[in-house]
Amino acid sequence: MIPLYYYLMVSAVLFSVGLAGALTRRNAILVLIGVELMLNAANLNFIAFWRYSPNPEAITGMMFVIFSIAIAAAEAAVGLALIIAIYRHCKTTNLERMDSLKG
Amino acid sequence: MQIAFAILVALTLASAIAAVSLRNLVHCALCLALAFAGLAALYLQLGAQFVGFAQILVYVGAVAILVVFAILLTRGGESAPQPVISRSWVAGIAVAVLVFGVLTKAMLSSSLAHREPPPKPGPAVREIGNQLMTRYVLPLEAVGLLLTAATIGASIIAMQDAGRKQPDPQSVASKPANARLRRDAEEFETPTG
Amino acid sequence: MNWIVQYLWLIPVLPLAAAGALAVTTRPHRRFGAGLTILAMSASFLLSCVAFASTLGKTTATGPLHEALNFPWLQIGESTLRLGWVLDPLSAVMLVMVTFVSLLIFIYSAGYMAQDENFTRFFCFLSFFAAAMLGLVIANNLLLFFVCWELVGLASYLLIGFWYQKPSAAAAAKKAFITTRIGDVVFFLGILWLYSQGGTLLFYDRGAGCLEETVISDLVGRTTIGGMAVTTGIGLLIFCGAMGKSGQVPLHVWLPDAMEGPTPVSALIHAATMVAAGVFLIARVFPLLDPSVIEVTGSAAALTVVTWVGVITAVFAACIAVAQTDIKRILAYSTVSQLGFMMMGLGVGGVAVGMFHLITHAFFKALLFLGAGSVIHGCHEEQDIRNMGGLKKFMPVTFATYAAAMMALSGVPVFFSGFWSKDEILHAAHGWSISRWPFYLGVFGALLTAFYMTRQICLVFFGSNRGKANSAESHEHADPAHSPHESPAVMTVPLVILAAFAVLLGFIGTPAWPWFQKYLSGREPEFDTDALFHSEVLSTLLLSSVIVAVGIGLGWWLYGRKPMRKAGEADVLEQMRPDIFGLLKNKFYVDELYETTVIRLNAWFAQFCAALDHWVWNGAVLLAGYLVLGLAWVNRFFDEYVVNAGFDEGCREIRRGGKLLSRLQNGRVQSYLRVIGVALAALVLFLMWGCRAS
Repeated sequence: MIPLYYYLMVSAVLFSVGLAGALTRRNAILVLIGVELMLNAANLNFIAFWRYSPNPEAITGMMFVIFSIAIAAAEAAVGLALIIAIYRHCKTTNLERMDSLKG
Repeated sequence: MQIAFAILVALTLASAIAAVSLRNLVHCALCLALAFAGLAALYLQLGAQFVGFAQILVYVGAVAILVVFAILLTRGGESAPQPVISRSWVAGIAVAVLVFGVLTKAMLSSSLAHREPPPKPGPAVREIGNQLMTRYVLPLEAVGLLLTAATIGASIIAMQDAGRKQPDPQSVASKPANARLRRDAEEFETPTG
Repeated sequence: MNWIVQYLWLIPVLPLAAAGALAVTTRPHRRFGAGLTILAMSASFLLSCVAFASTLGKTTATGPLHEALNFPWLQIGESTLRLGWVLDPLSAVMLVMVTFVSLLIFIYSAGYMAQDENFTRFFCFLSFFAAAMLGLVIANNLLLFFVCWELVGLASYLLIGFWYQKPSAAAAAKKAFITTRIGDVVFFLGILWLYSQGGTLLFYDRGAGCLEETVISDLVGRTTIGGMAVTTGIGLLIFCGAMGKSGQVPLHVWLPDAMEGPTPVSALIHAATMVAAGVFLIARVFPLLDPSVIEVTGSAAALTVVTWVGVITAVFAACIAVAQTDIKRILAYSTVSQLGFMMMGLGVGGVAVGMFHLITHAFFKALLFLGAGSVIHGCHEEQDIRNMGGLKKFMPVTFATYAAAMMALSGVPVFFSGFWSKDEILHAAHGWSISRWPFYLGVFGALLTAFYMTRQICLVFFGSNRGKANSAESHEHADPAHSPHESPAVMTVPLVILAAFAVLLGFIGTPAWPWFQKYLSGREPEFDTDALFHSEVLSTLLLSSVIVAVGIGLGWWLYGRKPMRKAGEADVLEQMRPDIFGLLKNKFYVDELYETTVIRLNAWFAQFCAALDHWVWNGAVLLAGYLVLGLAWVNRFFDEYVVNAGFDEGCREIRRGGKLLSRLQNGRVQSYLRVIGVALAALVLFLMWGCRAS
């Protein structure tokens, strides 16, 4: 059988990739993509733990993931709407140009 | 089993890496969709059928498409080809590596991670429905509210002022009230300008 | 206690109050000023007469009665300093003389100073002087005496320099003050010595005073350097003060210059009273100089010194007076000479002899000065006797009184007081056990006195007038506005009164009825004409008469027979022996000697002190100043560059740190995310560690 930590490793890699993408790319939408990947990595983690838990009848993990997916969808919608609004205002999606909150 | 798992993992990871590193944004979005699909397959393999299909429905079907739409809507800004990666990408990679290292370490040093899987449970859709209506009814309602709010909010944010065009500079100046406003704006701006 | 003794303090205080009242009045009310002072002085005179009357007939076994009233004045720790006043024959007779002469001179001044614009100031000072002099007379404490002594000196300074716009007057006032000061310093040393050895400065204190038996016999026993008795030493120091004030050689130089003051001042201060204060001082502290007067055995060596100084002064000044041409200067040198006689009298004969001459001299010398004032006034401020002459017919009253005074001074026999008082001195000198020279020199001095007074009177009153209005070259009609005239009655009446006393006073001290001497020593006088015919007494009387005749004859022969015709003519004596005459005329060059020695030394010392002050003390102060400045600079340096700069650096560092930290806020979400990532990693690690530890 596949040990648990394989899945956890996959989730970790996915999370790091998502983080790397969110941190390194200049385009705002790609940052959002990275964020989605991170969320998905977390979901995978949850599902893996649910499957390998001693009591899979309690479907807590799955419930969590269902809600997470819903919320992620809502968040993606709002985030992209924001990006579009900002694009309309600044004519760019370049994150490095959006530093008017600079201290 | 192993092979399938390996292929799926490779697919998912490859597309995830591609999603964050490709130059063309649309390619990134499409690879993202692919990554989502890979993840859905993994969910199915783990026995979470509902979640897997929900993943395909929501993520691949909605979120990825949303991302594509957003990319298409924000395209015109960049005329000249610019570097895709930000200047301080090393720091970002380093932080990601650091986090990965920490997570791995945490994971490997724990005894939980080396468990054998128990027998596969049956399809749990019925159970999910039950739970949703009894135990998780409040989160359900809340999510419903959240989705409503998100929908309305996103619409409002992203909406171009419906019914009103962008004001035309020439037509604005000709109207006398607007002329006074313009004059006041100029007076206000001149000392600071 | 006799009531007059209790109110004796009024005698000096009344003139002082008049002076104070005049000092504060702003507008010159002439009649008010003169009237107030004359009134105050009359009251003092009346009180003095009452005091004098109360001392008549009071005698004790050991001598005159000294009624003293002492009161505590200052408390210094355990001991108390007491002051007081005393009424005894000496002070009583002096009080009467001073108040009477002062009163007459005040009345005279009202006429003499009538044209002067500082009339009230003059009377204020005169009254102040009179108050100080009277205080001196009745003082029972040597310190109080010294205070009044100094006040008298101050009044003299103010009055000599009355016309202070004249530089010669201001210089003369300074000279007087400084010269007497030299004597006063030594006097003060004597006071300190007496206080430290004797323990008290009160003269008469019911047996415990410093002039009374207990203290004197104690002091007589102690000796100091050279085997000299303490009493002698103190006496000599006190005599130095008297030398300054009474113009003895070598401190006589101020008296002739003091003639710069108005003539009433010369009459009052420099003839009758202030210069007599020195003689009075010696008479007062006589028990210190000669303890035998209070029947204590002790040395009287101080009296020898007193006598010799007096003799030298008498002859010295008489010689100079022969060659002077200013009418007041002749009288000034005559005063110095007579003061020398007084000192001699004190030395050889005792208190009575000296005091008798003092009293008579006061009257006729004051008269001479007032007469000279009248002459000056009448000749329109002319003071050179070579420009006078023939005033006999212009000023008869002045001439008559002046002649009477001149005869008294010269010692014309029987009817004039000077004869009797000078005779007493010569008689005592004749009998002096130590040496005969004072007698011989005294005789010579008397001869000179008669000579120069005759010279003066001949040149001033006889012959023809050599004044500018009446010079031989001028036209025949004498200009009445400028020719000499007699003085008004307010000036001539005091002259007449003084002349009367100049004549009559002699009769209280003749050997036939030595009332004065007996009164002073507290014994009953007897009237005994046989005393006149004792061999010594008679021989001295005859000798005096002969001397006077010789002197007057010589004077008349040289100056009276062929009177000077022109003002520029040389003096007869000058023609005979010009070198001696020149020496006498230039006052033996004493002033020049002082100028080259003492004054030059003083000036050098003053310059030395100035240099010391400028370089050493000033330098030290500046050094301290620079030191403080340097410290201040260091302080400021420290404050600015260390404290301030440090503080500023700190603030700058904080600001830089803040700026540095603010770079974290670069407005870019990705860097924020990075930080969150790192924080997450750190948190996980921390949790792991924590879990592992537990």
